[in-house]
Amino acid sequence: MARKDVLGRTGEQLAVEHLVGAGYTILDRNWRCSLGEIDIVASLGSTTVVVEVKTRSNTGYGHPLDAVTPRKLARLRRLSGAWCAANPGASIVRIDVIAIIASRDGINLDHVQQVC
Amino acid sequence: MVVARTLAVALHGVDGGIVEIEADLANGLPAFTIIGLPDAALGEAKDRVRSAAANSGCDLPNRKVTVNLSPASLPKHGSGFDLGIAVAALATTGIVSDAAISSVVHLGELSLDGRLRPVAGVLPAVLAARRAGARAVVVPSGNASEAALVPGIRVIAAASLRDVLIGHGAALDVVPVEPLAAAVSAEPVTESGDLADVVGHPEAVEALQVAAAGGHHMLMLGPPGAGKTMLASRLPGLLPDLEPDAAVEVSSIRSLAGLPLGSSLVTRPPLEAPHHSATMASLIGGGSGLVRPGAISRAAHGVLFLDEAPEFAGAVLDALRQPLETGEITIHRARTVARFPARFQLVLAANPCPCGNGGSDDCTCTPMMRRRYLGRLSGPLLDRIDLQLTVRRVGTAQMTDGAPGATTSAIARDRVVAARSRARQRWGAHGWSLNAQVPGAALRGERWRLAAADRGALDRALERGAITMRGYDRVLRVAWTLADLDGVDRPGADQLGRALYLRKGI
Repeated sequence: MARKDVLGRTGEQLAVEHLVGAGYTILDRNWRCSLGEIDIVASLGSTTVVVEVKTRSNTGYGHPLDAVTPRKLARLRRLSGAWCAANPGASIVRIDVIAIIASRDGINLDHVQQVC
Repeated sequence: MVVARTLAVALHGVDGGIVEIEADLANGLPAFTIIGLPDAALGEAKDRVRSAAANSGCDLPNRKVTVNLSPASLPKHGSGFDLGIAVAALATTGIVSDAAISSVVHLGELSLDGRLRPVAGVLPAVLAARRAGARAVVVPSGNASEAALVPGIRVIAAASLRDVLIGHGAALDVVPVEPLAAAVSAEPVTESGDLADVVGHPEAVEALQVAAAGGHHMLMLGPPGAGKTMLASRLPGLLPDLEPDAAVEVSSIRSLAGLPLGSSLVTRPPLEAPHHSATMASLIGGGSGLVRPGAISRAAHGVLFLDEAPEFAGAVLDALRQPLETGEITIHRARTVARFPARFQLVLAANPCPCGNGGSDDCTCTPMMRRRYLGRLSGPLLDRIDLQLTVRRVGTAQMTDGAPGATTSAIARDRVVAARSRARQRWGAHGWSLNAQVPGAALRGERWRLAAADRGALDRALERGAITMRGYDRVLRVAWTLADLDGVDRPGADQLGRALYLRKGI
């Protein structure tokens, strides 16, 4: 596995731990369809939360939140629709982004709710 | 949700209004939006603010920042809002307290490294801030001396965004930077020269002093090379120093035009001499979006000299009529109305005919051509001009004599100051300060009417039809100025005769 993929997997694991710690229930991880992949699907009460995780080892090329472009958001919306079609029963759906900076100095996690 | 507020100034002409800058920090992906009718330069502020903040040691929050410039319906122009936007946006992160910035006006453009760039129009903006009751105003170091000209408001000069934040109580390390100085724009050199340099033309020198003393507009007619331009450029040197209010107005206009001000208010009357290719907008002011002062406003409280006046476009010349009456110009655009001062003294110079040799044997123009040429100066415009004189070419005899004992500008200015103070004493109770401002009815009325014996020549000229009723009033005004210059209480036959000559000298 390439170094960037290892970083990505580590970031997703950290995000899952954060969500579980915050009381979320994890429904799905790395759910795939023809449109692409959802990193994490979780639920909190009656709300289903689709989570995109962005991890970077430093901010030399910008903050990970800056890497969530309008195009990526549009794809997340389509993916959310696809997941709901495949898993009926979700009433309120929310899209969150978790940005993780995993540098030598430590780990910085930023959870932005309801991004679109 | 966090909202931080601070203040800035939006200028419209020389008037300014306070603009409240509100920044809101909302949950969401990082974004920076500026709303409230910004123009292109102001819309680009978001990129300058983001870079400047990062290079000042405090990043913008990684959330959705919305900046609103209120009142939202007022169009806003230019880069002078950068500092206020940056301070308000950063205050949402809590780096400075809302209370520290909410009643402080911020002016200045940001450079990408976080330093503050000087902006145009700081003097009128600080005046507007003081009128609106702002507690303090933060300006770029490059504008500090200009802002300090306004008393009664605390002026804080800062070299960088970091300094401003530290000044408001932010816990940042002090990093000394080289302050950015104002770009010095090349100023047109208007060599005023001394009146003593003028050779010959004793009656024109006298007429210049009359124009200066009474505030009379003036038309000089003469062949090329006779010295019209030389005479006109001497006029500002004869005018007294500007009154404090006028000095503020002249300095404000200079500041708006982006000209350097130095460390004191302008105290000498300005001279503007636009070329005859000048457009309406360049002369009276205008421009789409941001309305800029024109030549007549830059000449306010000074002299507007139009050389080769008949060569100006007719519509441009006639646009001067209204400001000549009201002393100010209001420029209306679809989205905005801007007011500028325009109380200037008009000096026109013209050749008598297209070939320039009018009146002499060398003239090749037909009478029709001559009429048509001067006909370009419209009647209503000429009606507003009290002094009309002919300037003839200087001969060798005049060139050799008369140099010693010539009137210097300093002597002439003393005469002018004395004459003006007499006029002010006389008319002060009526609210006029110059003879040129006194209405004809007052001059002909009971109180100021001149003795019939003295008026003889003038009354005969009116009866003959040589002058109109309006021209009659103008002669009276000039006669009063001559009396002021001569130090007599009332114009007599001598002053009236000379006034008539200055009116009909052509």
